[in-house]
Amino acid sequence: MILKKEWIAMLLAGGQGSRLYALTRDIAKPAVPFGGKYRIIDFPLSNCVNSGIDTVGVLTQYQPLQLNEYIGNGQPWDLDRIHGGVYVLPPYQKSSNSDWYTGTANAIYQNINFINRYDPEYVVILSGDHIYKMDYSKMLEFHKQKQADCTIAVMEVPWEEASRFGIMACDEDKKIYEFAEKPKEPKSNLASMGIYIFSWGKLRKYLEEDEANPESENDFGKNVIPAMLQNGEKMYAYAFQGYWKDVGTIGSLWEANMDLLNPNVPLDLYDDSWKIYARNPVMPPQYVAETAVTQNAMITEGCIVEGEVDFSILFSGAVVEKGAVVHDSIIMPGSVVKAGAVVEYSIVAENVVIGENAKVGCRPENVEDKDAWGVTVIAKGIHIGKNVKIPAKAMIEQDVPEVESDDE
Amino acid sequence: MMNKTLGIVFSNMHDTMMAQLTEKRTMGSLPFGGRYRLIDFVLSNMINSGIKDVGIITKSNFQSLMDHLGTGKEWDLSRKKGGLTILPPYGRQEAVFYRGRLEALSNIYSYIRESKAELVVMSDCDNITSMDYADIIRYHKEKDADVTVVYQNKKITNAVHRDLTTISMDENRRVNGAYYNREAESGNVLLNITVIDKRLLERIVSEAVSGNQYSFTQYVLQQGNEALKIYGYEYKGYVADIKSLQSYYDCSMDLLKPEIRKEMFPTERPVYTKVRDEVPVKYGIDAVAKNAMIADGCVIEGTVENSIIFRGVKIGRGAVVKNSIIMQGTYVGENCLLDCVITDKDVMIRDSKKLIGCKEYPFFIEKGTAV
Repeated sequence: MILKKEWIAMLLAGGQGSRLYALTRDIAKPAVPFGGKYRIIDFPLSNCVNSGIDTVGVLTQYQPLQLNEYIGNGQPWDLDRIHGGVYVLPPYQKSSNSDWYTGTANAIYQNINFINRYDPEYVVILSGDHIYKMDYSKMLEFHKQKQADCTIAVMEVPWEEASRFGIMACDEDKKIYEFAEKPKEPKSNLASMGIYIFSWGKLRKYLEEDEANPESENDFGKNVIPAMLQNGEKMYAYAFQGYWKDVGTIGSLWEANMDLLNPNVPLDLYDDSWKIYARNPVMPPQYVAETAVTQNAMITEGCIVEGEVDFSILFSGAVVEKGAVVHDSIIMPGSVVKAGAVVEYSIVAENVVIGENAKVGCRPENVEDKDAWGVTVIAKGIHIGKNVKIPAKAMIEQDVPEVESDDE
Repeated sequence: MMNKTLGIVFSNMHDTMMAQLTEKRTMGSLPFGGRYRLIDFVLSNMINSGIKDVGIITKSNFQSLMDHLGTGKEWDLSRKKGGLTILPPYGRQEAVFYRGRLEALSNIYSYIRESKAELVVMSDCDNITSMDYADIIRYHKEKDADVTVVYQNKKITNAVHRDLTTISMDENRRVNGAYYNREAESGNVLLNITVIDKRLLERIVSEAVSGNQYSFTQYVLQQGNEALKIYGYEYKGYVADIKSLQSYYDCSMDLLKPEIRKEMFPTERPVYTKVRDEVPVKYGIDAVAKNAMIADGCVIEGTVENSIIFRGVKIGRGAVVKNSIIMQGTYVGENCLLDCVITDKDVMIRDSKKLIGCKEYPFFIEKGTAV
């Protein structure tokens, strides 16, 4: 027997995140490590649980192995439930046809049966690549109060950036009358956050119609939302205030991590009333040695710091040896920065070894051509040899053998 | 082999020796090493050695222990068959408030009898080590022993010279004598880790009850060493032997030594504990941390030196914490100075306070105190 649920969430986690390049070579974007001990997907999952949603379907497609393993039975998020809980939903074979998920709307369409089992009044559609804390129950209240068919979470963005987003134009009552995907001349600065609440009956109807339309790309932003708007459905914009960041690019991923170190950024991970949950590694507390310098940093369990860490985030089990320097960087789980190495403005993925006296990345002020500067990325499992220099903006996906020291 | 082994943990042994720290908790739930409770080490040893059934004998003050252990899922002991069983002191009608190990075991007689195990590994909580019990069991079988007791040859110092059993052995390490609190320079000190055949244990326990015997040392090791084949197994690794506030302090400080950390936390034998979903440690602009073990959830804005900092501790700007053990949830205000202090959980130290003990006599602050 399946008990009826008032609302359930569907989390779109199938995208490759191709703009994260080396970081998503063999894991899906939502599984990318973030903030010292989390993965990106921990944020929407924790938001669900904290908002009172106990049934979440996670739609996976690209490189789902790590994500499946990570989510497991959902216990770390308290989503191991008798009725409901978290389910990983990959595309599957059907008697008549079988398809990959061709778009965001198609992914939900293919799981209509899953949603129907819970017979929900409302369905929350989320994406797995945003960092934010949000109480979806307040948004649902708004949705009910407006008797809306669809509510879209929006936030104000600077006018000059508005043309990069899906922009909602709405009246004083927050009723949306126009939606434009990346408009050249935006009519408002309210950008869609990719968070939707639909009344399920309405959404199901539109998903079925969308599927029947051969010209559709089966995408929420491009097809379903415009179609609903065109038919005059009741669509409202729910204004969100607080921190929200799309971490779809190397630059924004690096920035969002650094934001955690900035006391002026309104994303408080230390707030007990809205914890972000994660699958915890089993490791002893960190050890900071006599020779260490640790300032403006987030450092977690299993780390050993003997060198200098400033404006940086170390993930579980990361090691910074004596005389090594890590500045403005992100060192993901299990990576080692050997003695005397310098890492600046870099993202070092999991289980990387940075050899002795190697130099990875560089400060923007030390680059003459500012356009050539960017965050350096070292992909998972790579070994950077002794004394090697890796320039700014480089993306290293193959081992680099050691070189002679040029000091001699 | 190991799935035919039952683990039994005595969570309350030696509670009374550390009045302050165990006033409101069992020895097993005493916090240690930044994020652990003493029982975590024993339980992790058991599961890392492949033991899948573990019974925890409790006596008093065991609410914090039950809260910590829950269903045992953090140790992977939440199982349909076996797994973790918390054994409360009055688990059966004729149960008594036990005086010794044998009496404690008689209280859980039916639990032992119903187990399908062939061997039993019994351990206290206050000898903290990372040990593979499979080695002891192998030795037990090689010797064709009835009982194997683990000992360490070491100096007997005053700090640990309480409820201390030493053994003497012949050249084959067969135990031929056991002594309780015997004055000596050094000796073969028992770690209270014992391997015994299950059927034999059942027999001993029921005989002991009828003979009004309650002490394992007395009845088995002293009176029974001729009739039973009891062997000693020497353990040479590091053991944190926690018997007093002072030894608690010294053993905690030992964790700052890299070689001891390596022995206590080998990567292939992780130490499991209750997960609290803490955030990584955040170091502020002027934070200084030197030679410190710091658990997640802390916010460090001052200076920490030679200290163990538990989960969720806040250390304010300008504060200096040296040679101290700061337990979970402690708040240290701005410009405080703490030297050789042990704060129990949830202590609040207001701005600019100075609290100084010494290494030979650390200053202890009770749970929940505001200074």
